[in-house]
Amino acid sequence: MTDAAVSTELGLGEDRTKEVMTVNVGPHHPATHGVLRLVVDLEGEIVRELRPVIGYVHTGIEKSCEDKSYWKVIPFVERMDYVSYFFQMEAYCGAVERLIDLEIPPRAKYLRTLFLELNRIHSHLVWLGTTALDLGAISMLWYCFRERDKILDLFEMATGQRMHTRYFQVGGVIEDIPLGFEAKCRAFAEEMPVRVGQYQDLLDRNEVFLSRTKGTGIVSRERLLELGVTGPLLRAAGEPWDLRKVFDYLAYPEVEFKIPVGTVGDNYDRYRVRVAEMVESARIVEQCLDALPEGPFIADDRKYVLPPRSELSTSMESLIHHFKLVTEGYRVAPGEVYYSIEGPRGELGCFVLADGSAKPARVHFRDPSFVNLQAFREMALGSYVADMIASLGMLDPILGGVDR
Amino acid sequence: MEVERRTLREKQVAARDLLRGDLEGEDLERYVEERVLTTTFEKMIDVARANSIFPLTFGLACCAIEGIPMAAVTSRYDIARFGAEAGRASPRQADLMVLSGRVSVKMAPIIRRLYDQMLEPKWVMAMGACSSSGGMFANYAVLQGADKFLPVDIYVPGCPPRPEAVLYGFVKLQHQIIGNADQGWRQRYDAYGTEEWARGGPRSEPSPEAARAYEEARELSLA
Amino acid sequence: MPDAPGLELIRGEIDRDCPGAVLATSFDRGQAALIVDPERVLEALRWLKDEPGQRYDFLSSLHAADYLPAEPRFGVHYELINRDRVERVRVKAMLADPGEELPEIDSCVELFPTAEAQERETYDFFGIVFRGHPNLTRILMPDDYVGWPQRRDFPVGGEPVTFTYSEQRFD
Repeated sequence: MTDAAVSTELGLGEDRTKEVMTVNVGPHHPATHGVLRLVVDLEGEIVRELRPVIGYVHTGIEKSCEDKSYWKVIPFVERMDYVSYFFQMEAYCGAVERLIDLEIPPRAKYLRTLFLELNRIHSHLVWLGTTALDLGAISMLWYCFRERDKILDLFEMATGQRMHTRYFQVGGVIEDIPLGFEAKCRAFAEEMPVRVGQYQDLLDRNEVFLSRTKGTGIVSRERLLELGVTGPLLRAAGEPWDLRKVFDYLAYPEVEFKIPVGTVGDNYDRYRVRVAEMVESARIVEQCLDALPEGPFIADDRKYVLPPRSELSTSMESLIHHFKLVTEGYRVAPGEVYYSIEGPRGELGCFVLADGSAKPARVHFRDPSFVNLQAFREMALGSYVADMIASLGMLDPILGGVDR
Repeated sequence: MEVERRTLREKQVAARDLLRGDLEGEDLERYVEERVLTTTFEKMIDVARANSIFPLTFGLACCAIEGIPMAAVTSRYDIARFGAEAGRASPRQADLMVLSGRVSVKMAPIIRRLYDQMLEPKWVMAMGACSSSGGMFANYAVLQGADKFLPVDIYVPGCPPRPEAVLYGFVKLQHQIIGNADQGWRQRYDAYGTEEWARGGPRSEPSPEAARAYEEARELSLA
Repeated sequence: MPDAPGLELIRGEIDRDCPGAVLATSFDRGQAALIVDPERVLEALRWLKDEPGQRYDFLSSLHAADYLPAEPRFGVHYELINRDRVERVRVKAMLADPGEELPEIDSCVELFPTAEAQERETYDFFGIVFRGHPNLTRILMPDDYVGWPQRRDFPVGGEPVTFTYSEQRFD
């Protein structure tokens, strides 16, 4: 019986199966990654219109930053995109270093690159665990978080905190890596490709996974460029745009790595691109450990960088610098800078406006998830609800970054 | 009441006799006494509730990655050993709401609605500094503490708290549910009278001096 | 990015095609910026995007900053990238605060669809109205919020910390 026939049989009058129903996939939902609210117009199971409503974890970080000295802003901006915290620190510290024209020593560059790539692997592991969980491959969460706990052990070894480590400072990093870190990190970097191989064995040719992700959520490369989408989403659609290769910053010019690029731009390509990026990041970590130069881990300029504590008891000048930096902070000449890096979700940019005082006048983050979310509507229109959930997982939004 | 310990062999013989129907009189009574535990119905229910809490899978921000929805559930910091791995997405089926993350002004009415939809008995854990008291964000967009609009049962400080800290808070909550919230330390340290006057709850009347001092302190800080 | 002479070349060419659109150039800390007249910003952006020698066709970020107490007060920044030559250029449009009403500028959503959410965010935080935007509503703050949070004269907020009775004792 056709739908129209069923409707008349039941005495419903017009064809009720073509009715459009508005459903609220609310801020509290097991499959939205964070507090994202989607107002979806559904015709049966097909998505006809989609409006994301955000702002449910808006924290006013940018406003709070205007109230704090430059040094104190670092813990604030870390907490925006709460899975890739090192990247926010790097964007902000890099912007301030350009404002005050401070050169960081080579060891700090390599250390920063090392931690950024470890954080990239961490972010992709969290993504893989939660997205596979959404698609039904529940055990992937436990496997990915097992590796993630190893990365967090490395972070804790070097910085004392698992998350939100406050490790990067303006001028370099806050502390050198301890003994034993290199061996542990190397063991991890060797083990990581093996583990990724195991994840791929589970998911790559899994029939259910393939049928849910292949051919769904396709947006053309030109449309993605118009919408300002960057990161693995753009690379999955075939555009080899990666800020690490394009704008040389930190130690990326000196390490060798490939950029995985997809072909079709569907959800399966996005998955493959991110998984391949994990392997490439493990390679970068190994190369950074091999090439780590000796030397200071933070710049020498005492006007902007805290002196080492051992000097405080012997040198009066160090004491005065320390006091000045901790109480008031350093002043930055008026100017503005926009500095962007390649985060795990795309281009993470930081705009800092200095007005000559010890506090920044404006700190704005161009967050990749915020801009990428505009592409979500096009990914989900015309497809089923289940495909919408798969696309949302592969889009990898982190609502802390979206809402700031 | 004295308990006479018997060797394993004696106990095995008694068990064999019971099965054969041979235990009589005093032996039978002693056998039953050794194996039966009497308690009240409420206590038993409380113990059952404490050991099978269904958390609401609800993550707001950074603490969610380290807390109940994610790291505490995974293999290293297994929360399944406390019986709480069955996270329910629907508030109607959940017992414990873990506020893991900052509560923004836009999200607060929704959290309140979720809390109202949960069925009694229900508990709230404020995980992290942001939901306990606003954390580092003293600005227009973050509520300074979830206890401004929800009764919170246990606060776990940290930014973010380690998963072990979350589990410690969870175990403390289990003790609260069983009815043994302070586990006897007020008695041990003779610390009665030091309870802070919190909103509602048993034994929560402030002494007149405490109430007056609180009001004066408030006036001082708001002046 | 284009260095200082390159920036002046761009300025020269844009002056030839759209005279009076660019008010000034600024090359500070290695970053090139064109300061344009807010009424002609669409013209300048279109020229930068479509002109065969320029092709700055990727809008990386659109944001605003409050330069209080300097006048004009608001600056709307457009960060553009040319992906083939890998160059960045910034376009700044300075808007004055009209007092009672909200400052206005043309929306560039037709040129760069990525600007849609970013213009909404700028409106939400500064009160800058983008003429021609399809859906200019608040995006991050609640819909009925009054005030423009990111302006410099808007207070940070928060509340004073009240201690309990022990504060009196240790005064």
